[in-house]
Amino acid sequence: MEFKNEVWVFIEQRDGKVADVSFELLSKAHKLSEAMSGKVKAIVIGNNVKGIASETFKYGADETLVYDHSELKHYRTLPYSRILNNLIKENIPRIVLFGATVIGRDLAPRVASHTKSGLTADCTDLQIEDVTYLKNEYPKLLLQIRPAFGGNIIATIITPDVPTQMATVREGVMEKHILDKPNKEKIIVADFKPEPIDFLVNIIEQHREESKVNLKAAPIIVAGGYGLGTKDNFKLIEELALTIGGEVAGSRAAVDAGFISPDRQVGQTGVTVRPKLYIAVGISGAIQHRAGMQEAAKIIAINTDPDAPIFGISSYGIVGDATEIIPALIEAYKNKLK
Amino acid sequence: MYNSIVMVKQVPDTAHISGKVMKDDGTVNRAKLPAIFNNEDRVSLELALQIKEKHGGKVTAITMGPPRASDILRECLYMGADEVYLISDRKFAGADTLATSYVLSEAIKKIDNYDFVFAGRQAIDGDTAQVGPQTAEKLNIPQITYTEEIVELTKDKIKVKRKIDGGYEIVESVFPVLITVLKDVVKPRPFDAKRVMTYKSAKSLMELEKMTEGNSLLYIDKLVHEYEGRNLYIKTLTMDDLKLDSERCGIKGSPTKVHKVQSVVLGGGNQCKVEPTKEGLSNLIDQLMTDHIFG
Repeated sequence: MEFKNEVWVFIEQRDGKVADVSFELLSKAHKLSEAMSGKVKAIVIGNNVKGIASETFKYGADETLVYDHSELKHYRTLPYSRILNNLIKENIPRIVLFGATVIGRDLAPRVASHTKSGLTADCTDLQIEDVTYLKNEYPKLLLQIRPAFGGNIIATIITPDVPTQMATVREGVMEKHILDKPNKEKIIVADFKPEPIDFLVNIIEQHREESKVNLKAAPIIVAGGYGLGTKDNFKLIEELALTIGGEVAGSRAAVDAGFISPDRQVGQTGVTVRPKLYIAVGISGAIQHRAGMQEAAKIIAINTDPDAPIFGISSYGIVGDATEIIPALIEAYKNKLK
Repeated sequence: MYNSIVMVKQVPDTAHISGKVMKDDGTVNRAKLPAIFNNEDRVSLELALQIKEKHGGKVTAITMGPPRASDILRECLYMGADEVYLISDRKFAGADTLATSYVLSEAIKKIDNYDFVFAGRQAIDGDTAQVGPQTAEKLNIPQITYTEEIVELTKDKIKVKRKIDGGYEIVESVFPVLITVLKDVVKPRPFDAKRVMTYKSAKSLMELEKMTEGNSLLYIDKLVHEYEGRNLYIKTLTMDDLKLDSERCGIKGSPTKVHKVQSVVLGGGNQCKVEPTKEGLSNLIDQLMTDHIFG
């Protein structure tokens, strides 16, 4: 089968501001399109979004398609998926990428279901490679790499027998890269006509505020896990972070246990961070967690279980009880400052 | 009156993996992971039950899975579901989210007569959050994902508070609508002791078939009839019952294929072991200061 080698990126905007992940995906799409001698197309949907469309070219878009209409100002499942369903059916792009945000995870499966495309959620890497699968040759297939089965394996997923390969990627996983020389601007404005089905679900009100927590920018992060046992013990994490000037974070298990708020969750279903120092306390180190922090320059792991997976990636490992080690660590730090 | 169909899933308990379930080679020992009721699905069942108690109607729980998934359907009965369906067939094995949503949507079309389809946002074994929206698309109905709260329910509309990136929004939908819920929406009720006594002997077709094996006095049709009469039959739908296209089921109907699997081998890193002593910790701080991590 011959395919048009187009890599599409759904550009996500909220209140007219582009989500970082969309630019990160454009940078990735640029690399993928080079590997398959194709081109990158950005799809922008919203209201008064021509400025956004112009921005896409410095991250690698070759062509940008714009749907601009007052009824498209805020993301709603039905009109947005209707646009993409029709667009993908008509044009059959080879790859479509979405951010693994609330919007992306609402939209991508709907579109994949309609177009019967393969969809892999939360990829941690994407590559183009010639693949032999069940004795058949598939040139330039998209390798969709993600942790699976509770993160105990890394699976490479392929969708060899469908025309369009789709994937979602979390914010912060891919690196955003501005091209030395931006692509020439080529914006195509498409027509949109509202249909009755678009209004089955309507937004009554919307509240959004910039997150006060910015783990991504923190040079030092002290993270606690389920192994801390109680919310009281978790306070030790906060004390340590306060002492050494770090941000507090937690594993998913710690969030589930109510030790810490979800906006401070590091890992595959939380934030991906690259701090100078990451201290993991009472975190066993399931791969979903490691996916969000293994790029840290230095990792200190504190755990009672000497076989805990976290020790496999840590620069410094301390086996022992956190309730004793952390106060000792705080004291040792304070002594140095004297 | 509102009728709800709740999609539930049995999953391996991947949430609390410790060193104990790791094999010597660093891979996970799957056999040691118990199969549990996916928590967010249980929450969505609770939500459906609360709507029924307040406004009347019927709650039907369905699951696609192997015969042992009957376990969670019995749990649905213990909590108060009126009716449960096991959607099971060897040909469903290896289904990805697209094939799963095809089977579930066809089962829902067969059950019919619903105002709501409920499900958890995602299952803990894959965390994809795809089956809900994919099923809604195949049913050609709207969806509300990431539900945090049901704000209002009127004769022909439902108002829902849902999470969005960086905040929340309140949306209003007509019926029928598919709703996926986050884990803190409501607290699932414990099992009702009386219902446990009644329904612990509820059985699916496959479980009854097993009873007939090695007992020549039992006949499957008679047995199903008997269990139906006692209201203890877990309705079982196979590929033929649903008249499904086998090309769209199971591994055949799944566009995503696992090309390579790498076991994550842990341990043996080149880390430096720090003794949890005063001296050990003091040296560690020195090292970090030398490396300009602090300061």
